[in-house]
Amino acid sequence: MKHFDYVRPATIAAAVEAAAAPGAAYLASGTNLLDLMKGNIARPERLVDITRLPGLDRIERLPDGGLRIGALVRNADLAHDPDFAKSYPAVAEALLSGASAQLRNAATVGGNLLQRTRCSYFYDPASACNKRAPGSGCDARGGENRLHAVLGWSEACIATHPSDFCVPLVALDAVVEIEGRNGRREISLDALHRLPGDTPERDNALEPGDLIVAVRLPANARQFAGHARYLKVRERTSYAFAIVSAAANLRIEQGAIVEARLALGGVAAKPWRARSAEATLVGAAPGATTFRRAADAALADAKPSGDNLFKIELARRILVRALSLAALGTPARVPALPASPFSAVAGALQNA
Amino acid sequence: MPLSIGLTVNGVRRDVALDDPRVTLLDLLRERLHLTGTKKGCDRGQCGACTVLVDGRRINSCLALAISHDGADIVTIEGLARGGELHPVQAAFIAHDGLQCGFCTPGQIMSAVGLIDEGQAGCDPERIREGMSGNLCRCGAYTGITEAVLDATQSLAATNQRRSA
Repeated sequence: MKHFDYVRPATIAAAVEAAAAPGAAYLASGTNLLDLMKGNIARPERLVDITRLPGLDRIERLPDGGLRIGALVRNADLAHDPDFAKSYPAVAEALLSGASAQLRNAATVGGNLLQRTRCSYFYDPASACNKRAPGSGCDARGGENRLHAVLGWSEACIATHPSDFCVPLVALDAVVEIEGRNGRREISLDALHRLPGDTPERDNALEPGDLIVAVRLPANARQFAGHARYLKVRERTSYAFAIVSAAANLRIEQGAIVEARLALGGVAAKPWRARSAEATLVGAAPGATTFRRAADAALADAKPSGDNLFKIELARRILVRALSLAALGTPARVPALPASPFSAVAGALQNA
Repeated sequence: MPLSIGLTVNGVRRDVALDDPRVTLLDLLRERLHLTGTKKGCDRGQCGACTVLVDGRRINSCLALAISHDGADIVTIEGLARGGELHPVQAAFIAHDGLQCGFCTPGQIMSAVGLIDEGQAGCDPERIREGMSGNLCRCGAYTGITEAVLDATQSLAATNQRRSA
Protein backbone atom coordinates (compact mmCIF):
# COMPACT_ATOMS: atom_id res chain seq x y z
CA MET A 1 0.00 0.00 0.00
CA LYS A 2 1.33 3.39 -1.00
CA HIS A 3 1.96 5.87 1.82
CA PHE A 4 -0.65 8.59 2.35
CA ASP A 5 -1.36 11.58 4.53
CA TYR A 6 -4.23 11.17 6.95
CA VAL A 7 -6.50 14.04 7.95
CA ARG A 8 -9.68 14.02 10.00
CA PRO A 9 -11.57 17.30 9.52
CA ALA A 10 -14.17 18.39 12.05
CA THR A 11 -16.67 19.95 9.66
CA ILE A 12 -18.19 19.12 6.28
CA ALA A 13 -16.79 22.35 4.81
CA ALA A 14 -13.26 21.48 5.96
CA ALA A 15 -13.65 17.95 4.58
CA VAL A 16 -14.71 19.23 1.14
CA GLU A 17 -11.74 21.59 1.06
CA ALA A 18 -9.31 18.85 2.10
CA ALA A 19 -10.69 16.37 -0.44
CA ALA A 20 -10.73 18.80 -3.38
CA ALA A 21 -6.93 18.58 -3.66
CA PRO A 22 -5.55 16.31 -6.40
CA GLY A 23 -4.97 12.74 -5.18
CA ALA A 24 -7.26 13.04 -2.16
CA ALA A 25 -9.94 10.47 -1.33
CA TYR A 26 -12.64 10.27 1.31
CA LEU A 27 -12.36 7.48 3.87
CA ALA A 28 -15.56 6.30 5.56
CA SER A 29 -15.44 2.71 6.76
CA GLY A 30 -12.96 1.82 4.01
CA THR A 31 -14.31 -1.69 3.31
CA ASN A 32 -13.85 -1.15 -0.44
CA LEU A 33 -11.18 1.58 -0.48
CA LEU A 34 -8.68 -0.25 1.77
CA ASP A 35 -9.11 -3.39 -0.31
CA LEU A 36 -8.34 -1.36 -3.46
CA MET A 37 -5.36 0.30 -1.75
CA LYS A 38 -3.93 -3.05 -0.64
CA GLY A 39 -4.11 -4.19 -4.27
CA ASN A 40 -2.48 -0.97 -5.54
CA ILE A 41 -5.58 -0.21 -7.60
CA ALA A 42 -6.35 2.94 -5.59
CA ARG A 43 -3.29 5.03 -4.68
CA PRO A 44 -4.53 8.13 -2.85
CA GLU A 45 -2.02 10.75 -1.65
CA ARG A 46 -4.30 11.83 1.15
CA LEU A 47 -7.16 10.18 3.03
CA VAL A 48 -9.83 12.47 4.40
CA ASP A 49 -11.51 10.57 7.25
CA ILE A 50 -15.17 11.58 7.40
CA THR A 51 -16.28 9.08 10.05
CA ARG A 52 -16.42 11.71 12.80
CA LEU A 53 -18.33 14.36 10.84
CA PRO A 54 -21.40 15.37 12.82
CA GLY A 55 -24.99 14.79 11.71
CA LEU A 56 -24.40 12.26 8.91
CA ASP A 57 -25.47 9.13 10.81
CA ARG A 58 -29.20 9.79 11.17
CA ILE A 59 -32.31 8.32 9.55
CA GLU A 60 -34.94 11.08 9.46
CA ARG A 61 -38.59 10.99 8.50
CA LEU A 62 -39.26 14.21 6.56
CA PRO A 63 -42.38 16.40 6.98
CA ASP A 64 -43.45 15.64 3.39
CA GLY A 65 -43.47 11.88 4.08
CA GLY A 66 -40.08 11.19 2.53
CA LEU A 67 -37.05 9.71 4.26
CA ARG A 68 -33.53 11.11 4.58
CA ILE A 69 -30.71 8.65 5.21
CA GLY A 70 -27.39 10.12 6.35
CA ALA A 71 -24.36 9.03 4.31
CA LEU A 72 -22.64 7.52 7.37
CA VAL A 73 -25.55 5.27 8.41
CA ARG A 74 -24.19 1.73 8.43
CA ASN A 75 -25.76 -0.76 6.02
CA ALA A 76 -26.79 -3.12 8.85
CA ASP A 77 -28.36 -0.34 10.93
CA LEU A 78 -30.47 0.79 7.99
CA ALA A 79 -31.59 -2.73 7.05
CA HIS A 80 -32.60 -3.53 10.65
CA ASP A 81 -34.33 -0.21 11.37
CA PRO A 82 -37.91 -1.43 11.93
CA ASP A 83 -39.65 1.51 10.25
CA PHE A 84 -37.27 1.37 7.28
CA ALA A 85 -37.64 -2.38 6.77
CA LYS A 86 -41.44 -2.07 6.92
CA SER A 87 -41.68 0.93 4.60
CA TYR A 88 -39.04 -0.06 2.00
CA PRO A 89 -38.84 -3.85 2.22
CA ALA A 90 -37.09 -4.39 -1.13
CA VAL A 91 -34.32 -2.02 -0.06
CA ALA A 92 -33.88 -3.82 3.28
CA GLU A 93 -33.79 -7.19 1.52
CA ALA A 94 -31.21 -5.91 -0.98
CA LEU A 95 -29.01 -4.60 1.82
CA LEU A 96 -29.16 -7.92 3.68
CA SER A 97 -28.31 -9.85 0.50
CA GLY A 98 -25.06 -7.91 0.08
CA ALA A 99 -21.61 -8.73 1.49
CA SER A 100 -21.32 -10.35 4.94
CA ALA A 101 -22.62 -9.36 8.38
CA GLN A 102 -19.18 -8.00 9.33
CA LEU A 103 -19.00 -5.82 6.22
CA ARG A 104 -22.61 -4.61 6.59
CA ASN A 105 -21.81 -3.59 10.19
CA ALA A 106 -19.04 -1.34 8.90
CA ALA A 107 -19.98 -0.24 5.38
CA THR A 108 -21.82 3.06 5.01
CA VAL A 109 -24.67 4.22 2.79
CA GLY A 110 -22.46 6.70 0.90
CA GLY A 111 -19.69 4.15 0.50
CA ASN A 112 -22.10 1.57 -0.89
CA LEU A 113 -23.11 4.01 -3.65
CA LEU A 114 -19.48 4.75 -4.52
CA GLN A 115 -18.00 1.24 -4.44
CA ARG A 116 -15.98 0.35 -7.52
CA THR A 117 -16.66 -2.46 -9.95
CA ARG A 118 -15.45 -5.96 -9.02
CA CYS A 119 -14.35 -6.71 -12.62
CA SER A 120 -11.31 -8.93 -12.07
CA TYR A 121 -9.30 -7.10 -14.75
CA PHE A 122 -9.92 -3.80 -12.96
CA TYR A 123 -8.58 -5.51 -9.82
CA ASP A 124 -5.46 -6.87 -11.53
CA PRO A 125 -2.77 -4.21 -12.10
CA ALA A 126 -1.08 -6.52 -14.64
CA SER A 127 -4.17 -6.42 -16.92
CA ALA A 128 -5.21 -3.73 -19.37
CA CYS A 129 -8.16 -1.77 -18.00
CA ASN A 130 -9.50 1.51 -19.34
CA LYS A 131 -11.26 2.22 -16.05
CA ARG A 132 -8.07 1.86 -13.97
CA ALA A 133 -5.58 3.13 -16.57
CA PRO A 134 -7.39 5.17 -19.28
CA GLY A 135 -6.32 4.24 -22.81
CA SER A 136 -4.66 0.96 -21.81
CA GLY A 137 -7.39 -1.23 -23.34
CA CYS A 138 -9.83 -3.76 -21.92
CA ASP A 139 -8.61 -7.29 -21.25
CA ALA A 140 -12.13 -8.27 -20.17
CA ARG A 141 -13.33 -8.06 -23.81
CA GLY A 142 -11.34 -11.13 -24.80
CA GLY A 143 -11.07 -12.67 -21.35
CA GLU A 144 -13.26 -14.28 -18.71
CA ASN A 145 -16.36 -12.19 -19.22
CA ARG A 146 -19.39 -14.36 -18.54
CA LEU A 147 -20.39 -12.11 -15.61
CA HIS A 148 -19.93 -8.79 -17.43
CA ALA A 149 -22.43 -6.22 -18.69
CA VAL A 150 -25.24 -6.85 -21.16
CA LEU A 151 -26.71 -3.33 -21.13
CA GLY A 152 -25.13 0.09 -21.64
CA TRP A 153 -21.60 -1.19 -22.15
CA SER A 154 -19.06 0.23 -24.61
CA GLU A 155 -16.03 -1.05 -26.48
CA ALA A 156 -13.94 0.66 -23.80
CA CYS A 157 -15.48 -1.06 -20.77
CA ILE A 158 -17.90 -3.91 -20.01
CA ALA A 159 -17.73 -3.79 -16.19
CA THR A 160 -20.83 -3.88 -13.96
CA HIS A 161 -21.77 -1.92 -10.86
CA PRO A 162 -21.74 -4.32 -7.89
CA SER A 163 -24.22 -2.69 -5.46
CA ASP A 164 -27.42 -4.43 -4.39
CA PHE A 165 -28.64 -1.48 -2.31
CA CYS A 166 -28.64 0.86 -5.34
CA VAL A 167 -30.98 -1.36 -7.38
CA PRO A 168 -34.23 -0.87 -5.40
CA LEU A 169 -33.10 2.69 -4.56
CA VAL A 170 -32.93 3.67 -8.23
CA ALA A 171 -36.30 2.00 -8.82
CA LEU A 172 -37.82 4.13 -6.05
CA ASP A 173 -36.47 7.43 -7.44
CA ALA A 174 -33.90 8.01 -4.70
CA VAL A 175 -32.15 11.38 -4.66
CA VAL A 176 -28.52 11.99 -3.61
CA GLU A 177 -27.59 15.10 -1.62
CA ILE A 178 -24.07 16.32 -2.39
CA GLU A 179 -21.94 18.94 -0.66
CA GLY A 180 -19.33 20.41 -2.98
CA ARG A 181 -17.04 23.38 -3.38
CA ASN A 182 -20.00 25.43 -4.61
CA GLY A 183 -22.38 24.39 -1.84
CA ARG A 184 -25.19 21.87 -1.63
CA ARG A 185 -26.89 20.29 -4.65
CA GLU A 186 -28.90 17.17 -5.35
CA ILE A 187 -29.21 14.76 -8.25
CA SER A 188 -31.26 11.65 -8.85
CA LEU A 189 -29.46 8.39 -8.05
CA ASP A 190 -30.13 7.43 -11.67
CA ALA A 191 -27.93 10.37 -12.72
CA LEU A 192 -25.15 9.63 -10.19
CA HIS A 193 -23.64 6.58 -11.91
CA ARG A 194 -22.37 6.94 -15.48
CA LEU A 195 -22.30 4.53 -18.37
CA PRO A 196 -18.73 3.98 -19.62
CA GLY A 197 -18.81 5.43 -23.15
CA ASP A 198 -15.28 6.60 -24.00
CA THR A 199 -14.48 7.61 -20.42
CA PRO A 200 -14.95 4.53 -18.22
CA GLU A 201 -12.50 5.97 -15.66
CA ARG A 202 -15.34 8.23 -14.53
CA ASP A 203 -17.74 6.08 -12.52
CA ASN A 204 -20.06 8.87 -11.54
CA ALA A 205 -21.08 12.52 -11.83
CA LEU A 206 -19.13 13.68 -8.77
CA GLU A 207 -16.51 16.45 -9.04
CA PRO A 208 -13.32 16.71 -6.93
CA GLY A 209 -14.24 17.41 -3.32
CA ASP A 210 -17.88 16.38 -3.74
CA LEU A 211 -19.17 14.59 -0.63
CA ILE A 212 -22.40 12.59 -0.57
CA VAL A 213 -24.10 13.67 2.66
CA ALA A 214 -27.45 11.88 2.37
CA VAL A 215 -29.77 9.76 0.25
CA ARG A 216 -33.45 10.68 0.15
CA LEU A 217 -36.46 8.56 -0.72
CA PRO A 218 -39.52 10.50 -1.90
CA ALA A 219 -42.84 10.23 -0.07
CA ASN A 220 -44.45 7.95 -2.67
CA ALA A 221 -41.69 5.31 -2.29
CA ARG A 222 -43.43 3.81 0.76
CA GLN A 223 -46.64 3.19 -1.24
CA PHE A 224 -45.06 0.03 -2.67
CA ALA A 225 -44.40 -1.56 0.73
CA GLY A 226 -47.11 -4.21 0.29
CA HIS A 227 -45.68 -5.64 -2.95
CA ALA A 228 -41.91 -5.25 -2.93
CA ARG A 229 -39.13 -7.79 -3.47
CA TYR A 230 -35.46 -7.94 -4.39
CA LEU A 231 -34.16 -11.13 -5.98
CA LYS A 232 -30.53 -11.94 -6.72
CA VAL A 233 -28.89 -14.88 -8.48
CA ARG A 234 -25.40 -15.62 -7.17
CA GLU A 235 -22.83 -18.34 -7.76
CA ARG A 236 -23.21 -19.28 -4.10
CA THR A 237 -26.22 -18.70 -1.85
CA SER A 238 -24.66 -16.08 0.41
CA TYR A 239 -21.82 -13.56 0.47
CA ALA A 240 -21.45 -13.17 -3.30
CA PHE A 241 -22.07 -10.44 -5.85
CA ALA A 242 -25.05 -10.67 -8.18
CA ILE A 243 -24.84 -12.40 -11.54
CA VAL A 244 -28.14 -10.63 -12.13
CA SER A 245 -30.65 -9.17 -9.69
CA ALA A 246 -34.02 -7.45 -9.87
CA ALA A 247 -36.03 -5.12 -7.68
CA ALA A 248 -39.79 -5.22 -8.20
CA ASN A 249 -42.11 -2.74 -6.50
CA LEU A 250 -45.82 -2.82 -7.37
CA ARG A 251 -48.93 -0.93 -6.36
CA ILE A 252 -51.95 -3.16 -6.92
CA GLU A 253 -55.55 -1.94 -6.60
CA GLN A 254 -58.65 -4.06 -7.26
CA GLY A 255 -56.66 -6.74 -9.03
CA ALA A 256 -54.78 -4.41 -11.38
CA ILE A 257 -51.30 -2.95 -11.29
CA VAL A 258 -51.60 0.83 -11.01
CA GLU A 259 -47.90 1.61 -10.65
CA ALA A 260 -44.62 -0.29 -10.98
CA ARG A 261 -41.01 0.54 -10.10
CA LEU A 262 -38.43 -1.86 -11.53
CA ALA A 263 -34.65 -2.04 -11.74
CA LEU A 264 -31.98 -4.61 -12.59
CA GLY A 265 -28.57 -5.16 -10.98
CA GLY A 266 -25.41 -6.85 -12.27
CA VAL A 267 -26.24 -6.02 -15.89
CA ALA A 268 -24.60 -2.63 -16.46
CA ALA A 269 -22.11 -0.07 -15.14
CA LYS A 270 -24.99 1.44 -13.19
CA PRO A 271 -28.10 0.19 -11.40
CA TRP A 272 -30.48 -0.22 -14.37
CA ARG A 273 -33.90 1.38 -14.09
CA ALA A 274 -36.39 -0.44 -16.35
CA ARG A 275 -38.88 2.33 -17.19
CA SER A 276 -40.15 0.82 -20.43
CA ALA A 277 -41.00 -2.37 -18.54
CA GLU A 278 -42.84 -0.37 -15.88
CA ALA A 279 -45.02 1.21 -18.56
CA THR A 280 -46.14 -2.19 -19.89
CA LEU A 281 -47.45 -3.18 -16.44
CA VAL A 282 -49.73 -0.22 -15.76
CA GLY A 283 -53.38 -1.26 -15.91
CA ALA A 284 -52.57 -4.96 -16.38
CA ALA A 285 -53.57 -7.81 -14.10
CA PRO A 286 -50.62 -9.49 -12.39
CA GLY A 287 -49.73 -12.77 -14.09
CA ALA A 288 -47.09 -14.74 -15.97
CA THR A 289 -47.90 -13.31 -19.42
CA THR A 290 -47.92 -9.73 -18.15
CA PHE A 291 -44.66 -10.19 -16.32
CA ARG A 292 -42.93 -11.88 -19.26
CA ARG A 293 -43.96 -8.96 -21.49
CA ALA A 294 -42.45 -6.54 -18.96
CA ALA A 295 -39.24 -8.58 -18.80
CA ASP A 296 -38.97 -8.62 -22.61
CA ALA A 297 -39.30 -4.82 -22.59
CA ALA A 298 -36.65 -4.47 -19.85
CA LEU A 299 -34.07 -6.46 -21.81
CA ALA A 300 -35.06 -5.27 -25.31
CA ASP A 301 -31.77 -3.42 -25.83
CA ALA A 302 -29.55 -6.03 -24.18
CA LYS A 303 -26.65 -7.56 -26.06
CA PRO A 304 -23.83 -9.81 -24.88
CA SER A 305 -20.39 -8.27 -24.31
CA GLY A 306 -18.68 -11.68 -24.35
CA ASP A 307 -19.59 -15.15 -23.13
CA ASN A 308 -22.62 -13.80 -21.31
CA LEU A 309 -25.61 -14.22 -23.62
CA PHE A 310 -27.13 -16.38 -20.84
CA LYS A 311 -27.38 -13.34 -18.57
CA ILE A 312 -30.02 -11.76 -20.80
CA GLU A 313 -32.47 -14.64 -20.44
CA LEU A 314 -31.46 -15.06 -16.78
CA ALA A 315 -32.27 -11.38 -16.17
CA ARG A 316 -35.68 -11.80 -17.86
CA ARG A 317 -36.48 -14.82 -15.70
CA ILE A 318 -35.31 -13.25 -12.45
CA LEU A 319 -37.39 -10.15 -13.18
CA VAL A 320 -40.45 -12.34 -13.85
CA ARG A 321 -39.79 -14.19 -10.60
CA ALA A 322 -39.31 -10.94 -8.63
CA LEU A 323 -42.55 -9.57 -10.07
CA SER A 324 -44.41 -12.80 -9.26
CA LEU A 325 -43.17 -12.76 -5.67
CA ALA A 326 -43.93 -9.03 -5.28
CA ALA A 327 -47.47 -9.60 -6.57
CA LEU A 328 -47.98 -12.30 -3.92
CA GLY A 329 -47.22 -9.74 -1.26
CA THR A 330 -44.21 -8.69 0.79
CA PRO A 331 -43.36 -11.32 3.43
CA ALA A 332 -43.79 -10.19 7.05
CA ARG A 333 -40.08 -10.64 7.61
CA VAL A 334 -37.09 -10.66 5.28
CA PRO A 335 -36.55 -14.35 4.35
CA ALA A 336 -33.83 -16.35 6.10
CA LEU A 337 -31.83 -16.26 2.86
CA PRO A 338 -32.41 -12.67 1.74
CA ALA A 339 -33.11 -12.24 -1.99
CA SER A 340 -32.31 -15.88 -2.69
CA PRO A 341 -34.24 -17.58 -5.49
CA PHE A 342 -33.82 -20.74 -3.42
CA SER A 343 -36.09 -19.45 -0.66
CA ALA A 344 -39.14 -21.70 -0.65
CA VAL A 345 -42.17 -19.44 -0.65
CA ALA A 346 -45.53 -21.08 -1.23
CA GLY A 347 -46.88 -20.31 -4.69
CA ALA A 348 -43.63 -18.93 -6.08
CA LEU A 349 -42.83 -19.74 -9.68
CA GLN A 350 -39.58 -21.57 -9.00
CA ASN A 351 -38.96 -22.29 -12.67
CA ALA A 352 -40.28 -19.12 -14.27
CA MET B 1 4.53 12.84 12.20
CA PRO B 2 3.82 10.42 15.07
CA LEU B 3 0.14 9.59 15.35
CA SER B 4 -1.06 8.53 18.77
CA ILE B 5 -4.28 6.70 19.43
CA GLY B 6 -5.96 5.35 22.53
CA LEU B 7 -8.03 2.16 22.52
CA THR B 8 -9.73 0.01 25.10
CA VAL B 9 -8.75 -3.56 24.29
CA ASN B 10 -10.43 -6.34 26.28
CA GLY B 11 -11.23 -3.85 29.01
CA VAL B 12 -7.72 -2.41 29.28
CA ARG B 13 -6.84 1.09 28.08
CA ARG B 14 -3.96 0.99 25.59
CA ASP B 15 -2.16 4.02 24.17
CA VAL B 16 -0.30 3.32 20.97
CA ALA B 17 2.08 5.59 19.04
CA LEU B 18 1.62 4.81 15.33
CA ASP B 19 4.54 5.60 13.07
CA ASP B 20 2.48 4.98 9.94
CA PRO B 21 -1.20 5.64 9.10
CA ARG B 22 -1.36 2.46 7.00
CA VAL B 23 -1.52 0.15 10.03
CA THR B 24 -4.77 -1.80 10.09
CA LEU B 25 -6.58 -2.64 13.30
CA LEU B 26 -5.62 -6.28 12.67
CA ASP B 27 -1.90 -5.51 12.40
CA LEU B 28 -2.08 -3.26 15.44
CA LEU B 29 -3.61 -6.05 17.52
CA ARG B 30 -1.19 -8.72 16.30
CA GLU B 31 2.08 -6.88 15.75
CA ARG B 32 1.94 -4.01 18.25
CA LEU B 33 -0.16 -5.40 21.10
CA HIS B 34 0.90 -9.04 20.52
CA LEU B 35 -2.69 -10.29 20.67
CA THR B 36 -2.16 -12.99 18.06
CA GLY B 37 -5.45 -14.81 18.70
CA THR B 38 -7.02 -12.68 15.96
CA LYS B 39 -5.89 -14.29 12.70
CA LYS B 40 -4.82 -12.88 9.37
CA GLY B 41 -6.34 -15.07 6.67
CA CYS B 42 -6.98 -13.32 3.36
CA ASP B 43 -6.30 -9.77 4.67
CA ARG B 44 -8.93 -8.55 2.17
CA GLY B 45 -12.26 -8.93 4.00
CA GLN B 46 -13.22 -12.20 2.37
CA CYS B 47 -12.57 -14.88 5.00
CA GLY B 48 -13.59 -13.46 8.39
CA ALA B 49 -10.58 -14.86 10.33
CA CYS B 50 -9.80 -11.35 11.61
CA THR B 51 -13.29 -10.70 13.06
CA VAL B 52 -13.30 -8.68 16.30
CA LEU B 53 -15.93 -6.63 18.12
CA VAL B 54 -15.56 -2.86 17.76
CA ASP B 55 -17.89 -0.91 20.03
CA GLY B 56 -19.91 -4.12 20.36
CA ARG B 57 -20.21 -4.86 16.61
CA ARG B 58 -18.39 -7.56 14.68
CA ILE B 59 -16.24 -6.24 11.84
CA ASN B 60 -13.29 -7.37 9.70
CA SER B 61 -10.26 -5.83 11.43
CA CYS B 62 -8.16 -6.24 8.24
CA LEU B 63 -10.30 -3.62 6.47
CA ALA B 64 -10.20 -1.09 9.31
CA LEU B 65 -7.50 1.54 9.68
CA ALA B 66 -6.30 1.69 13.30
CA ILE B 67 -5.90 5.47 13.12
CA SER B 68 -9.58 5.85 12.25
CA HIS B 69 -10.59 3.90 15.38
CA ASP B 70 -9.06 6.21 17.98
CA GLY B 71 -11.13 5.83 21.19
CA ALA B 72 -12.83 2.58 20.15
CA ASP B 73 -13.66 -0.30 22.48
CA ILE B 74 -12.25 -3.57 21.07
CA VAL B 75 -12.93 -7.14 22.17
CA THR B 76 -10.82 -9.95 20.77
CA ILE B 77 -10.85 -13.71 21.36
CA GLU B 78 -8.42 -13.16 24.28
CA GLY B 79 -11.08 -11.07 26.05
CA LEU B 80 -13.93 -13.58 26.13
CA ALA B 81 -13.03 -16.02 28.95
CA ARG B 82 -13.63 -14.90 32.53
CA GLY B 83 -11.04 -16.02 35.10
CA GLY B 84 -10.31 -19.28 33.33
CA GLU B 85 -13.97 -19.98 32.61
CA LEU B 86 -14.70 -20.18 28.89
CA HIS B 87 -17.32 -17.96 27.28
CA PRO B 88 -20.44 -20.00 26.45
CA VAL B 89 -19.69 -19.67 22.71
CA GLN B 90 -16.14 -20.99 23.22
CA ALA B 91 -17.47 -23.90 25.29
CA ALA B 92 -20.11 -24.68 22.66
CA PHE B 93 -17.50 -24.81 19.84
CA ILE B 94 -15.58 -27.45 21.83
CA ALA B 95 -18.71 -29.40 22.76
CA HIS B 96 -19.92 -29.56 19.15
CA ASP B 97 -16.54 -30.04 17.39
CA GLY B 98 -17.02 -26.69 15.62
CA LEU B 99 -13.42 -26.76 14.40
CA GLN B 100 -10.68 -28.92 12.99
CA CYS B 101 -7.39 -27.05 12.37
CA GLY B 102 -8.57 -24.08 14.42
CA PHE B 103 -7.20 -21.25 12.29
CA CYS B 104 -10.60 -19.72 11.52
CA THR B 105 -11.97 -20.45 15.00
CA PRO B 106 -11.22 -17.12 16.77
CA GLY B 107 -12.96 -15.30 13.92
CA GLN B 108 -15.83 -17.79 13.94
CA ILE B 109 -16.30 -17.36 17.69
CA MET B 110 -16.12 -13.56 17.62
CA SER B 111 -18.55 -13.54 14.71
CA ALA B 112 -20.92 -15.85 16.61
CA VAL B 113 -20.77 -13.61 19.70
CA GLY B 114 -21.66 -10.66 17.47
CA LEU B 115 -24.42 -12.60 15.71
CA ILE B 116 -26.07 -13.67 18.97
CA ASP B 117 -25.91 -10.11 20.30
CA GLU B 118 -27.49 -8.74 17.09
CA GLY B 119 -30.51 -10.93 17.86
CA GLN B 120 -31.59 -11.38 14.22
CA ALA B 121 -31.00 -15.11 13.78
CA GLY B 122 -32.55 -16.55 16.94
CA CYS B 123 -32.65 -20.36 16.88
CA ASP B 124 -33.26 -20.71 13.12
CA PRO B 125 -30.32 -22.74 11.70
CA GLU B 126 -30.86 -21.20 8.24
CA ARG B 127 -30.58 -17.67 9.66
CA ILE B 128 -27.51 -18.71 11.68
CA ARG B 129 -25.80 -20.10 8.56
CA GLU B 130 -26.66 -16.95 6.62
CA GLY B 131 -25.45 -14.73 9.49
CA MET B 132 -22.16 -16.66 9.68
CA SER B 133 -21.50 -16.63 5.90
CA GLY B 134 -18.74 -14.03 6.31
CA ASN B 135 -16.57 -16.65 8.07
CA LEU B 136 -15.01 -19.31 5.87
CA CYS B 137 -13.77 -22.63 7.26
CA ARG B 138 -11.50 -24.54 4.90
CA CYS B 139 -11.77 -27.69 7.05
CA GLY B 140 -15.51 -27.60 6.45
CA ALA B 141 -16.59 -27.71 10.10
CA TYR B 142 -19.78 -25.84 9.25
CA THR B 143 -22.17 -28.44 10.65
CA GLY B 144 -20.54 -28.30 14.08
CA ILE B 145 -20.26 -24.50 13.92
CA THR B 146 -23.99 -24.13 13.27
CA GLU B 147 -24.80 -26.53 16.12
CA ALA B 148 -22.43 -24.66 18.44
CA VAL B 149 -23.96 -21.26 17.64
CA LEU B 150 -27.47 -22.68 18.09
CA ASP B 151 -26.51 -24.23 21.45
CA ALA B 152 -24.77 -21.06 22.67
CA THR B 153 -27.77 -18.94 21.60
CA GLN B 154 -30.03 -21.13 23.72
CA SER B 155 -27.70 -21.24 26.76
CA LEU B 156 -27.14 -17.47 26.70
CA ALA B 157 -30.89 -16.87 26.41
CA ALA B 158 -31.48 -19.18 29.40
CA THR B 159 -28.79 -17.38 31.44
CA ASN B 160 -30.31 -14.00 30.64
CA GLN B 161 -33.75 -15.30 31.59
CA ARG B 162 -32.46 -16.54 34.97
CA ARG B 163 -30.78 -13.19 35.59
CA SER B 164 -33.92 -11.21 34.84
CA ALA B 165 -36.15 -13.56 36.87
